[in-house]
Amino acid sequence: MKLRIALLIVAALSIAFGAWRGEGDAVYNKAIRVCMECIGLG
Amino acid sequence: MKADFRRKFAQFASFVITNREVGNFFTGKIYKGNEKYLCAPGLNCYSCPAATLSCPLGAMQTIIGSAGSVFGFYAFGFILMFGVLCGRFICGFLCPFGLFQELLAKIPLPKKKLPQILNYVKYAVLFIFVLLLPLAGALASGIGEPAFCQYICPAGTLEAAIPLLITHSEFMDSVGVLFAVKLTVLLIVIIGCMTVYRFFCKTLCPLGALYGLLNKISFYRMGFNKQACVNCGACEKICPMGINPAKSANSTECIRCGKCVETCGVNALNMVMKLR
Repeated sequence: MKLRIALLIVAALSIAFGAWRGEGDAVYNKAIRVCMECIGLG
Repeated sequence: MKADFRRKFAQFASFVITNREVGNFFTGKIYKGNEKYLCAPGLNCYSCPAATLSCPLGAMQTIIGSAGSVFGFYAFGFILMFGVLCGRFICGFLCPFGLFQELLAKIPLPKKKLPQILNYVKYAVLFIFVLLLPLAGALASGIGEPAFCQYICPAGTLEAAIPLLITHSEFMDSVGVLFAVKLTVLLIVIIGCMTVYRFFCKTLCPLGALYGLLNKISFYRMGFNKQACVNCGACEKICPMGINPAKSANSTECIRCGKCVETCGVNALNMVMKLR
């Protein structure tokens, strides 16, 4: 139980840290355009 | 049968929620709502015109492959959160590409079992294509390619490349060797799924690999009552993922479909949300 709770906290902190670094914006900007190389066309 | 119907309903509901903007298939536009800040639990290409959420693997590779970043904390956090809560329940109930594979398995062709060793290929795919190659590219030239999306992901070819090629004739100029590779992978996966239940999940899916590692500790898990078990082998016989639940109820391969639980005549298996 303690491990699962600890991992959930790590997950939450990881999302928060990533968002703080601007990773959320980077993901969003990638996701709202056709990523040509992602689909084998680039 | 009832449990299977419930699961199919959940799979279709998840498919619709994750790919709500169906009209975009006809216009070729990409959804730009704020939900795309969030990662979907299952494998679902964010370049799919109908997709309303981001693909966690695509997001991970995007961040790893960008300059000055060695790890995708944001996407990893989502994957870890989903995995700790549900494990591979996500594969069995929420993944749109899992549903696609199950529909292919309905095609009446003789089904085969794969050698167990092939189950480990997905871990190599995870390490090489999702983590190593994007990072190596970023370290070498500043920008790393999303190698899994670029060379392997059949979901991207099916949900994004093919629909976008239909609506954007200008993209035809970009069709080349890379697309031929991706199309070949998609065809292999389609044929594989017709003859092997969830061929892609078993052998290639890096997201399934990550969730599988968390299956043993996730809140949602399978309980096994050894005292009640009569060793009839019915659970192993019916398991479409080739597991023996009586030996390894929380195997990395279990997608929590519940077929074994339903089949067990002595209620030795059950699905539980273990909160303690």
